[in-house]
Amino acid sequence: MSTGTTKLDVVVSDVVPVNELVTRFHFRRRDGELLPTFSGGAHVVVEMRDGERTRLNPYSLMGSPLDTREYTISVRRDDVGRGGSLFMHNSVKPGLEMVISYPVNLFSLDLRAKKHLMLAGGIGITPFMAQTAQLAGEGGNFELHYTCRTASLGTYADVLRERYGRRVRLYHDDLEERIELDRLLSSQPLGTHLYVCGPAGMINWVRDRAAALGWPPETVHYEHFAAPQPGLPFDVTLAVSGKTIQVGEQQSLLEAIEAAGVDPPYLCRGGVCGQCETNVISCDGKFIHNDHWLSEEEHRSGRKIMPCVSRFEGNSLVLER
Amino acid sequence: MAAKTIISRPIYGTLSPQPGKHHLFIADAEGALAIADMAAKAPSGFFEGAEIVFIPGPDGKYVAALEALKPAQFHTAPSFASLLPRLKQTLTNAHMGLRLYLAGTEGLIGQAMQVALEAGIDHTSMQTEHRGSLARRMQCVHCKGITENVTTQPATCSHCGLLLLVRDHYSRRLAAFQGVCINAEDRSEIPPMEEAFP
Amino acid sequence: MGITFRKETFRDDFTFRNSPEHIRRFPFPFHEDSYMYAVNIEPHVVGPKGSVLENLIDVDEHYVAEMQDRALVLAEDPLRCQSLPHMTLAGWDLLELLMEQQALGYPEHFTLERNGDRWRWINRPLGIDDTFTFGDTSTLPYGPMEYITRQSQGDFCILDQRDGNLWMDAGMVTTQADWSLDFDIGMNFFEWHAPVPLAHEKGIFVRALKFLINIQQGKPARRLNWTMTINPRLDTSPENYHKWGPDRTTVTPENVGDKVHLRVELQSFWRLPRSNGIVFPIRCYLIKMDELVTQPKWARRLHRVIRDLPEELATYKGLTRFRPTLVEWLSKLDDGSPTSSGFGPD
Repeated sequence: MSTGTTKLDVVVSDVVPVNELVTRFHFRRRDGELLPTFSGGAHVVVEMRDGERTRLNPYSLMGSPLDTREYTISVRRDDVGRGGSLFMHNSVKPGLEMVISYPVNLFSLDLRAKKHLMLAGGIGITPFMAQTAQLAGEGGNFELHYTCRTASLGTYADVLRERYGRRVRLYHDDLEERIELDRLLSSQPLGTHLYVCGPAGMINWVRDRAAALGWPPETVHYEHFAAPQPGLPFDVTLAVSGKTIQVGEQQSLLEAIEAAGVDPPYLCRGGVCGQCETNVISCDGKFIHNDHWLSEEEHRSGRKIMPCVSRFEGNSLVLER
Repeated sequence: MAAKTIISRPIYGTLSPQPGKHHLFIADAEGALAIADMAAKAPSGFFEGAEIVFIPGPDGKYVAALEALKPAQFHTAPSFASLLPRLKQTLTNAHMGLRLYLAGTEGLIGQAMQVALEAGIDHTSMQTEHRGSLARRMQCVHCKGITENVTTQPATCSHCGLLLLVRDHYSRRLAAFQGVCINAEDRSEIPPMEEAFP
Repeated sequence: MGITFRKETFRDDFTFRNSPEHIRRFPFPFHEDSYMYAVNIEPHVVGPKGSVLENLIDVDEHYVAEMQDRALVLAEDPLRCQSLPHMTLAGWDLLELLMEQQALGYPEHFTLERNGDRWRWINRPLGIDDTFTFGDTSTLPYGPMEYITRQSQGDFCILDQRDGNLWMDAGMVTTQADWSLDFDIGMNFFEWHAPVPLAHEKGIFVRALKFLINIQQGKPARRLNWTMTINPRLDTSPENYHKWGPDRTTVTPENVGDKVHLRVELQSFWRLPRSNGIVFPIRCYLIKMDELVTQPKWARRLHRVIRDLPEELATYKGLTRFRPTLVEWLSKLDDGSPTSSGFGPD
């Protein structure tokens, strides 16, 4: 049996510009019922019907898990991306009926932690909005360090400071404020868990320093949904369904497979959950792996690919789909 | 060691130096040799951030060998029970970046791990190396009593007296193997007792 | 029309019986004439009316008696219900799930009124009417998991999900097939299954774990497991093995039909919303051989399954002592004619 999520029929109940790059979207159920409860760190996959195209993008839920009358997500506009964020910013208005997935959590709090240390960069703040709300409700011990480019782009920094006071520390790039990471990581009590969400560079920096300073990997949690990268078009043969398809420049391999009427299971569409893992039957060319799921060995083997984020360049590729 | 074992049976490795700011070693008897062997592979200055807590065996050997490593702190204790208050205090005040190394008998490794788990250290991040006796700590599943230093199969529960099969099934939380009545269905069946965990 | 709850015991005089309707709804676990482990997991969706799957959390005629038996076990040994400190939130998740499902399936017996976080729970069969604050442990007589599982049939294991594994960090286990929560609590998926023979080698648990960690909210799954028990005893714990173990020596050709019970576990798996944990209810159904063989297809099939069971499995399930007597008795009800495929009686 395949896993996968149940869908929710929702209506956009509000669209709120937060700053020059970020807009917040509110969803309620069309039938007026409460939405499913979720846990801090969960995301939903939003289906965007853009003319002929369907885009499916994951966004972290940022509301309080204690309030399920509505879900809220925040979308940062990416002018050079594949168009999902532009569609949200330009075409999604209050009253629009949309379909989203049930919440899925791939960035869960470790509730055994004696303390939760959170590091956010830019729009990576969104899962922490929900996690801090959840922990505050239970009297949990947390501390949030949030880096943003400028004060005006510090999405929700004001809200967080107001809610949690000194438990939130802000760092502004334009003022050359920088987290004293080594000192921060060396002064945490035993039993602390570390969470980081932000740009890939920040995640790698934090993970590297934590490892060097003796933080065991089980205590370091990170969420980085790789957005599918555009690339050269390529042809793929789907051996099971007997189809040959072309993957467009702005399309992911998974989207191209779906457009051909084949539906592999998925949860995150960001190279994290492992659901859409696909066997390679034969290939002549090279893979561009962008996922966090397969091991390096599997990447080198050329026998598996995560079609949600990874691509191919070469003469021929046959997949077991 | 038993040839055929099961997944819950702990697997011990070989101590190796970990990245970190502080290194806490807990060892008994021949466990000292595991620390000495590791020291040969450790980067210079490694023991400047290290504390070694050692329970010597009855022969009192290896104390000098450990002292020679010049750890920042060195402490000997006559038994695990006697070092427990100190260990708990150390862990309470410790920061992330502390790494734990456990070497010696299974009972020592298990009990030290049990305390460290409660302090918030994940078991997979602890370095362990088994040296010395294979004697087991065993929990009687019936009366819940722990029998120390079990070397026979089956073994008699030192609390309720039932004759127990010493299983390979192991609980980190209890730091003990499971003992289950071997002749529960027919008490007149008394299997021979053999030396199994020397 | 409500359920008529039976007055019966699962110990001492063993007055447990199934009514004829309950015999027909028994979840017979063999869909063919042989048995081997498999990853037999399927979506836990509502099944036919009159089956144990009519509701996703099943309540049956044994409910009141089972809850009384659980209370007796807990009075003797409180360690059968434990929750590690970080599992309280998951306990509230479970309380919500069981109250909602029982009220949905059996409105004549259970009512849940929610007014914000102020909840009222009415359990008519057990005479309970409590108002409490959801999330506030001080407003309930027990922790949330213990409170609701003292009112729900079956054992419950709550699993914490982290580091790509599932950890058994809480549970209410009083009707188990010979495993100890007190010993296994805190173990991961592979560790607590360690004593199961054959299945590790077949990669069963690796595949099962992969499936379970991807269970999604609103999409529960289920599987069946089985063993055999002498006398309709719910509490076949290792803790009391020295007390019930001797039962296995009491089976004779004359009493097989009354003493030997097929014990089927309907295991289901649910994602818990607030804690992101998984709850694993293990619902136990018992049927004595005399009741089971009233369905000729089941009699023929059970004979073939037990006769051909690999020795390791028979040993693990504790059948060794009475298997020959049971097979001999069942063989007289097996004329060798074919059985129809599927679980149900003909």
